[in-house]
Amino acid sequence: MSEQITFTIDGVEIKDKAGQTIMQAADEAGIYIPRLCRHPDLPPRGSCRVCTVFVNGKPQAACTQPIAEGMTVENDTPELKESRRNIIDMLFIEGNHFCMFCEKSGNCELQALAYRLGILSPKYPYFFPKKDVDSTHPDIFLDLNRCILCGRCVEASRDVDHKGVFEFVGRGIEKKIAVNAEADLKDTDFAATDKAADVCPVGAINKKRTAFSTPIGKRLYDTKPIGSEIEERKK
Amino acid sequence: MSKPKIATTSLAGCFGCHMSLLDIDERILKLIELVDFDKSPIDDIKEFTGRCAIGLIEGGCANEDNVHVLQEFRKHCDILVAVGDCAIMGDIPAMRNNIPLKECLEEAYLNGPSIHNPEKVMPNDKELPLCLDRVYPCHEVVKIDYSLPGCPPGADTIWQALVALLNNKPLELPYELIKYD
Ligand code: SF4
Ligand code: SF4
Ligand code: FES
Repeated sequence: MSEQITFTIDGVEIKDKAGQTIMQAADEAGIYIPRLCRHPDLPPRGSCRVCTVFVNGKPQAACTQPIAEGMTVENDTPELKESRRNIIDMLFIEGNHFCMFCEKSGNCELQALAYRLGILSPKYPYFFPKKDVDSTHPDIFLDLNRCILCGRCVEASRDVDHKGVFEFVGRGIEKKIAVNAEADLKDTDFAATDKAADVCPVGAINKKRTAFSTPIGKRLYDTKPIGSEIEERKK
Repeated sequence: MSKPKIATTSLAGCFGCHMSLLDIDERILKLIELVDFDKSPIDDIKEFTGRCAIGLIEGGCANEDNVHVLQEFRKHCDILVAVGDCAIMGDIPAMRNNIPLKECLEEAYLNGPSIHNPEKVMPNDKELPLCLDRVYPCHEVVKIDYSLPGCPPGADTIWQALVALLNNKPLELPYELIKYD
């Protein structure tokens, strides 16, 4: 039998088995820790830092940090809310997010986090960067205006689909997703049935001819905040 | 006691946010009990007649006239509210922001597929306000006190915000009213 561990999140005592991450244990206990790069079917990357919590006073990514006996985790604090808000704000201003005509609107994890945090407008000036759109593939289009560099597509294509269609290129502000081909997405073996076609949290990887099929009011995050499905598990 | 005044304007917007304001339906009668409209397309008053409690701004700044009007609003209004995504982030007009202005104008007046302009005339009447190099969100031009996102923000969003601000209450929108589309 694996070892039982007891620790607290925001003062609530949690018991779980060793080897779980803070996020896994929190999910099971019905406590939502905001997240963005984390996808339940892929290994955690710890890249977006939205899930940062304080563990015994030190900032740690909840999606990668394993639980340990007696640890104190702070999650829902004004300070962490502020830092999560800052990350979301920066993701909005670094891209071109025109939600009003985005296919993902209402089902987008970035937008949903902004709603949940009550963001009415970002507090930084917009970059309006020039980004590429690749619509050469018959079934999928890639809109880098909306890419938040979470890396989910890179992992899914490499580790699940075993194709390696996507890769990061460049550094810092120049960093972007590139496709593994001489030219465009159509020159790869990417298929709409690939795992990588289903994991993008935002409207960067989109299946053609599927947009706007759910009416406003019935989309994933129209009436219920992201994370409420986890909070409903709380007894 | 005289009623507080509201002013509204549409800069680089489509008037959709004003339509949304009218969409408060019969609550418009209550609104008229609460406030007087000053400079606004709703009553067609062109110049400010005095100090206003609230200025509602639709649209971002795409030309020099937009900047001038926005600065006038800042001068005359106690509280400025950026209403809608255009005022907040430039929105559809701001899609030109990563294309040089010259290229935009040439596409619009010379090279676009449906253009018939054999004389190759570019509009340059001095009555026309000059286009800015890009479209500026309102908060990059003057201080903005509150933002109501949406394209347009729903009538309930605008109504709740106005009622809160007119009663000196904090503007706290419920989850369902925060929308970016
Ligand atoms: S990807 Fe999300 S945040 Fe970006 S434009 Fe689309 S809906 Fe809005
Ligand atoms: S395309 Fe989507 S999944 Fe891939 S890195 Fe960008 S946001 Fe993440
Ligand atoms: S969800 Fe943990 S770092 Fe992104």
